[in-house]
Amino acid sequence: MKYDIVLSGVGGQGVLSMAGLIGRAAVLEGLNAKQSEVHGMAQRGGAVQAHLRLSDGVIESDLIPRGGADLVLSLEPVEALRYVAWLSPTGTVISSANALVNIPNYPDTDAILAKIRALPHSCVIEAERLADEAGHLLAVNTVMVGAASRLLPLKFESLEQSVRQTFARKGDAVLELNLKAFASGRKAFA
Amino acid sequence: MPQRILLGDEAVALAAVHAGISTAYAYPGTPSTEILEYLLEHKEREGGPHAAWCANEKTAYEEALGTCFAGRRSIVCMKHVGLNVAADPFVNSALVSMHGGLVVAVADDPGMHSSQNEQDSRWYADFARVPCLEPATQQEAYDMTREAYDVSERFGLPVMLRLVTRLSHSRTNVQVGEMRGENALHKAPKADTWVLLPGNARRQWSSLVARQKDVLAWSEASRWNLLNLRPGRTLGVITTGIARNYYRENVAALKEAPSHLHIGTYPIPEAQVRALAAHCDEILVLEDGYPYVERMMRGILPGKTKIMGRMSGELPPTGELSPEIVRAALGLKALPVLDLDGLLLPNRPPQLCQGCPHGHSYNALKEALEGFGATMVTADIGCYTLGALPPYSSIESCVCMGASIGMAKGAAEAGFEHVVAVIGDGTFLHSGTASLADAAAADTPMTVLILDNQATAMTGVQDPLIASSRLQAIVLGVGVKPEHFHIVDAHPRKVHETAAVLRKEMEHRGLSVVIAVRECKVAHAKHARIPEAVGS
Repeated sequence: MKYDIVLSGVGGQGVLSMAGLIGRAAVLEGLNAKQSEVHGMAQRGGAVQAHLRLSDGVIESDLIPRGGADLVLSLEPVEALRYVAWLSPTGTVISSANALVNIPNYPDTDAILAKIRALPHSCVIEAERLADEAGHLLAVNTVMVGAASRLLPLKFESLEQSVRQTFARKGDAVLELNLKAFASGRKAFA
Repeated sequence: MPQRILLGDEAVALAAVHAGISTAYAYPGTPSTEILEYLLEHKEREGGPHAAWCANEKTAYEEALGTCFAGRRSIVCMKHVGLNVAADPFVNSALVSMHGGLVVAVADDPGMHSSQNEQDSRWYADFARVPCLEPATQQEAYDMTREAYDVSERFGLPVMLRLVTRLSHSRTNVQVGEMRGENALHKAPKADTWVLLPGNARRQWSSLVARQKDVLAWSEASRWNLLNLRPGRTLGVITTGIARNYYRENVAALKEAPSHLHIGTYPIPEAQVRALAAHCDEILVLEDGYPYVERMMRGILPGKTKIMGRMSGELPPTGELSPEIVRAALGLKALPVLDLDGLLLPNRPPQLCQGCPHGHSYNALKEALEGFGATMVTADIGCYTLGALPPYSSIESCVCMGASIGMAKGAAEAGFEHVVAVIGDGTFLHSGTASLADAAAADTPMTVLILDNQATAMTGVQDPLIASSRLQAIVLGVGVKPEHFHIVDAHPRKVHETAAVLRKEMEHRGLSVVIAVRECKVAHAKHARIPEAVGS
C-alpha cells in the first residue's frame, strides 16, 4: 500500500496541522510516513504545501512526484488548483470552499470552485461553516481531515484517536469541538 | 531500538546529544533553524547540553571551537550562506589539532526557498580540506552525525554535515541509539597546535595536507558509499545525498537498472568512481546542488567516459532536483497529469503579517522620501525584505546580512544625496555594527533606519539576543551623534511623526540613526501566550 497526499493552503492556515493529524493516525496503524514541510519565508501568508506519503513499505523520495498524488487536500480553493499538477489522473481533490483573498489579482471564486468541481474526482467542503457550527472557525483543518477520512487508507478509529491525542491537552471543550468538526467534515464528503 | 518521528534537522540535533556534545551554538537560518530549536527544547526539558543562539555564525563557530579546545564535543549549525560569515574560523579550524569533536551542520537551500543563493557547501569542505558527510535520509542524518564526531576526533578535524532543505524539513521514523557521555575536560596535548603563528601554521598546514590520503582512505572505505556494478550495463548512475531517493523512486520504471554508485562521504571516493567508469560507457550524475562531483569527474582533459548531468543539459543547470527532473534525466516519460485548460493561477508570494510594525515604518519611510530627488534605500535580510514587494515597494537592495549599512555608505560617498539603510535589530547585531562604526568614523551623510521588532521573526520568531534598550548604547557607543539619534514608535498613528523625523535627518549632511521600535505581532502573541489556533 502506498498513498500520497499533497496538502495545501496559505501560510498560517494550518496546513501542517492537517498533515500532523493524518500522520499521527498512520503511525498508530504502524505505517511508514514521510512528511515534507515548508518552513521559513513562504510561511508568511504565501502559498504553502506539505507532502505526506504513507506506505506499508519503504518510502524513498520525500517529495511526491508530479502526477503521483492520490489526494490533494486544500484549505483554500486557488491553492487546491495550484497542486493539481501533482495529482494522478485518478486522484481526488478535496478543497475548502472558502477563498482567502490576500492578493490583489485573486480570481473569481465561483469560477475557481467550478473548475475544482469539473475535475474527474473532487469535493468542495463548506469548511468554515462546518467549523463554525462545531464551535470554532479555527477548526477548519479538522473539518478537512474529516472529509478526507472517507478516502484515506486509514481506519476511522485511528483518525479519531489522532484527533484525541492532538487536542486532549487543550481541554475538553477544544477536544469536543474538534471531534464534532471531524465528524461533520466526514459527513460532508460526498 | 527506540523509534522517533523527527525532521532531518531534529535527527541531527538528537544525534549530537547522543554523541555526547557539551555545547551547541547557532544563528537561525532556514533550513537549519530547527536543529538548535530542538536542542534548546531538549536543554529546557533535560537540563543540558548547553545550547544557545549567537550573534552570528562566526561567533557561533568560535564558541563551538572553544568547547573543542577544552577537549569536549560541540555542534555548530547554520544555513549555507551562514558559512560565508563563519568561513574564517571554519577554514582556520582545519589547521588546529582538534581533540574534542566538532560537527559543522550546514543546511544548503537548493532552489532558494528562503535564501539569496544556492551555494553548495561541499565546495567549502573541499576548500578547507575537511571531511564531509551527506545524508540521504533522516536515519542517515542521525547515524552520520554520530559517526562524524568519531571521524572528527580520529583525524583532529572539524567535520561538515551537509544537509539540504528537503531533508532538513521532512519528518519520518528514525531509530535512535544509546547515549554516550561527555568527553572529559582536557587541554590540547600540544599547545602550539592551536597557536597559528606562521611557524606553527606552516607545520599544521603540512600536516593537514599530509593527512588527506588518510581522509580519502576513510571515505573510500565508508559504508555510506555503495557501489553496485551490474553486468552488461553501459549506463552508470552516481547519486549523492537525497538525489538517491529520487533515483530510487524512478528506477523501477526502467527496463533494466543501471550500475549505481551512491556517494555519502567526501572527499569523493575516487576508487569507486573509477571502478564505475571502468564498467560503463556513460555516467549520469545526480546531485542536489552544484555539479560538484560532476565537475570533478569532467576535469579539463577529455576522458573516454561520457558524463551527463547539470553541465551537459540532462539536468537543469540550477535549482533543486525533484522526482520528475530525475525521471526525465533517466529517459522516462513524465507521468500523466490532469489538464486545467491553460488556467493561469496568480502567484501568492509571502507578505508581511496584517498590522506588522514594519509596514508602518515603510509607510513612514515612503512619506519621508516623497519629493526628494536622488534617493536610495538599501536594505537587509529579514521579514522586512518583503518591503521590496507591493504594496510597499520601499527597498532597493538585499544582498547579504548587514550589507545595507555598508552599501548605503558607499552609495552616499559615490554621490547619492538621500540614502537610507533599512536593517532589523537581529541583522544589525549579526553584522551591522562594524559598518555603522565605519559610517560614524566618516560621518557619512546617510540615515540608518533600524527596524527593532524585538525578534528574529522570519526564521520562526527567536528571542532577541539583547534587549532593545541596549541598541541605543551600541549606536551611541560607536560615535553616532546624540542629536542625530532618535527612537520612534512603529505604531500606525505615529507614521507622520516618524516620517517628519526621517525627513529631517535625511536633510542632515552627516550620519543619523533612527530606531523604530514595536514588538513583532507573532512574538507578542507568543510571549503573551495567546492560544494558538484551536485547530493547530
